[in-house]
Amino acid sequence: MKRSVRFRLNGKPVALDTDDDRHLLWVLRTDLDLTGTKYGCGEGVCGACTVAVDGVAVRSCQTPLAAVEGKNVVTIEGIEHDGHLHPLQQAFIDHGGFQCGYCTSGMLMNAWAFLQKQPHPSRDAIVQEMDGNLCRCGAHQRIIAAIQEASVKGGAR
Amino acid sequence: MRKRNLDVDVDDLHRAMLFAAPEATIPATREGRGFSRRLFCKLLGGGIVVLITTKPAKLFAQRRGYPEDLNAYLRIDENGAVTLFSGKIEMGQGIHTSLAQMAAEELGVSLDAVTMVMGDTDQCPWDQGTWGSQSTRMFGPAVRAAAAEARTVLMNLAAKKLEVGRDKLVVENGVVSVVGDGARKVTYGELAKGKQITRLVDEKAALKSLKEFKVIGRPTKRMDGHDKVTGRAKYAGDVRRPGMLYARILRPPAHGATRKSLDTSKAKGMSGVTVVEKDDLVAVLHADPQAAGQALALIKAEWDQPAAAFDTESVGDYFLKNGGDGEVRASHGDVTSVTANVVHSTFRTGYLAHAPMEPHTAIAEFKDGKMTVWAGTQSPFGARSRIAQTLSMDEKNVRVITPFVGGGFGGKSAANQAVEAAQLAQITGKPVMVNWTRGEEFFFDTFGPAAVVKIASAADDHGKITSWDYHVYAAGDRSAEMFYDVPNVSLKTYIGRGGPRVHPFATGPWRAPGAGTNVFARESQIDIMAAEAKIDPLEFRLRNASNVRLRRVLKAAADAFGWKAGAGPSGQGRAIAACEDAGAYCALAAEVAVDRATGAITVKRVVAAQDMGIVINPDGAKMQMEGCITMGLGYVLSEELNFKGGAIADNNFDTYELPRFAAVPRIETLLVSNDDLSPQGGGEPAIVPMGAVIANAVFDATGVRMFRLPMTPARVKAAMKT
Repeated sequence: MKRSVRFRLNGKPVALDTDDDRHLLWVLRTDLDLTGTKYGCGEGVCGACTVAVDGVAVRSCQTPLAAVEGKNVVTIEGIEHDGHLHPLQQAFIDHGGFQCGYCTSGMLMNAWAFLQKQPHPSRDAIVQEMDGNLCRCGAHQRIIAAIQEASVKGGAR
Repeated sequence: MRKRNLDVDVDDLHRAMLFAAPEATIPATREGRGFSRRLFCKLLGGGIVVLITTKPAKLFAQRRGYPEDLNAYLRIDENGAVTLFSGKIEMGQGIHTSLAQMAAEELGVSLDAVTMVMGDTDQCPWDQGTWGSQSTRMFGPAVRAAAAEARTVLMNLAAKKLEVGRDKLVVENGVVSVVGDGARKVTYGELAKGKQITRLVDEKAALKSLKEFKVIGRPTKRMDGHDKVTGRAKYAGDVRRPGMLYARILRPPAHGATRKSLDTSKAKGMSGVTVVEKDDLVAVLHADPQAAGQALALIKAEWDQPAAAFDTESVGDYFLKNGGDGEVRASHGDVTSVTANVVHSTFRTGYLAHAPMEPHTAIAEFKDGKMTVWAGTQSPFGARSRIAQTLSMDEKNVRVITPFVGGGFGGKSAANQAVEAAQLAQITGKPVMVNWTRGEEFFFDTFGPAAVVKIASAADDHGKITSWDYHVYAAGDRSAEMFYDVPNVSLKTYIGRGGPRVHPFATGPWRAPGAGTNVFARESQIDIMAAEAKIDPLEFRLRNASNVRLRRVLKAAADAFGWKAGAGPSGQGRAIAACEDAGAYCALAAEVAVDRATGAITVKRVVAAQDMGIVINPDGAKMQMEGCITMGLGYVLSEELNFKGGAIADNNFDTYELPRFAAVPRIETLLVSNDDLSPQGGGEPAIVPMGAVIANAVFDATGVRMFRLPMTPARVKAAMKT
């Protein structure tokens, strides 16, 4: 249904006149020109499109716009702070937690939301939480190390 | 990736440089030379440019069909900025960083002074494509030579300017100074100012020696890191053009199907939809990609499907039956002379999807007679040719730009999506994006072929291999060469890797094409013979290996693993396997646990030892090795395309299962030093022995031998019952 939908995006209010059954992924990538969030599978089984809605990681390719009405959406473009990388982003660079980089936004947002609710997780908990995100280049071991380090360095910020 | 717009015609530039360069051997008329010099000045402004063109054939006569030349431009402009123009592309393998390292090293500048311009057909010299682990080992020397030549030019200029002999000069971070008198100095930018110097060199330029290296050989953080962790890195799907439309294309239900009816009336009735029908190309376009998908669902089409010749289960038998006489690829001694202790085995592997996280994507814009296409491709110049051909355009009027590529693994060599986008842009007159869905990605992939290997081999009472009779169907012979010492060897290939026309869908290179199959078979068979001889599998290998590089990686992997000797099955669940691939040697040692109730294999630990010659970026090399081992878990444990003839059953990651975090073992990598050897391919070898090392470890744990990949729980369970 076409109507006005309002929500907060990376800390700022957004109002869109559009069909509210459109998926958040494509609204972000087209209407809002935030291309950091990626299409990977379209069925919520790869995690490349992960964003946080009210602090919870969701698959934006499966999230109708209506579902984020009045909520707070955070994407990869929204986790830097005052021009500084988030500790997770820095840890991904330091540990080499990516190769092609296409899954990276989804990995980071999944981990970001996880550390919000569990600032100091065990390695096993990280593995379990990240298991829904696919990486084809095989950066897994480094991604886990990066999340572990970020959790020590205030990754829940 | 920082990009710099030159807006020059590369063909003209290339010609101009050939004429302008004093070393060029191409004959030039007086008129031609004058014209080209003027043109060159116009095109480039001032500065120093080195064109490198080289013939790599001598080093790499590996029957792999490499091109005759590899090219690069290196430019130092009047501001001292260094730009390396390369037709190669960055898809995660890290050459964006390693090529810049090589240029920085030879030139004497810091790494961050180098800007890379990659995969843009208007700005970069021609390149055949980015594959085969050749960027570092074959293209790398070209880059180093170009940079070394530029350094020579600059040092000569500096010697003149500072009025001192060249041997009294040192360069650091782009500043040339007089030894012992640091105040007398001049920057590269100052030297390049007002100059129009070009050089054409081959690989013989005076390169730095290993002990002089400051950038090469240092673990280096990737130059693309910041862009990739902030979401700023642009892939083809992230390019936006005014008025662009998203296309969805009507696809057949199976390869080989022909359309017998079509009704697009409902889709045409949907608001904002453009329908294109041209021959076999039927597409719907909309400003919103999701709406384009909805319009596609409104199209009705009926299809005739050909009968299936074989499916997931019967493909191996089909190959064995239809393999023909085969082709002898290697032969010495007489395999028929050995009749005692002959062990016969048949190994099978399935079709594999590349499944890069970024599906094939391209956006095309037709403007003022010129077609510009941004495409995720391993072959921008190949894509340009195909687009020009399909659209009946002159190649000069087609430009392919390659942003970052979200994984390739050999699967983005054809660029069909770029051709589709260009066709639709030409027809509609609007910028058009074609972004394959995951289902299309699984349908139009150029799959790594299923294959069969039959081996008959024998060893004597002392554990020395006496005979090796090897027959490979559909995998080709990459990494199949017998590197153990065997007096009687026969190696035959059947069907070849690509077909011809045997596969019901497109096939192509999949990371180290065919090598994983060949080494799964060979290193499993070696293990079988070791167990028959009741000899420890490492000891058996060493007893049969005089190859120094092979022995070194085997011992290095075993040492790091903490190998405990014992004939298999020892109950430890550990194993070793090795390969030679892309000029590198790699040995893997692994430990597994097998759940006897479910048949599930847990890979607990993998240790990799690799000798890849001089290592440009040790951190990048280790990243590639870890990536190989992790990706390898897929084809070993779970990945296999389900199909019946041209109909493909898998269309997403729910049934085609990639390795996930929980499946990834502890991975340890070590680089076996070999600085006497030029850099070799490091992006593929470690994936190659994965099948064998895990199958051998399953045997060591359970006494059960697995002959087919992937080793799914159902197959392991079934094997344990028999």
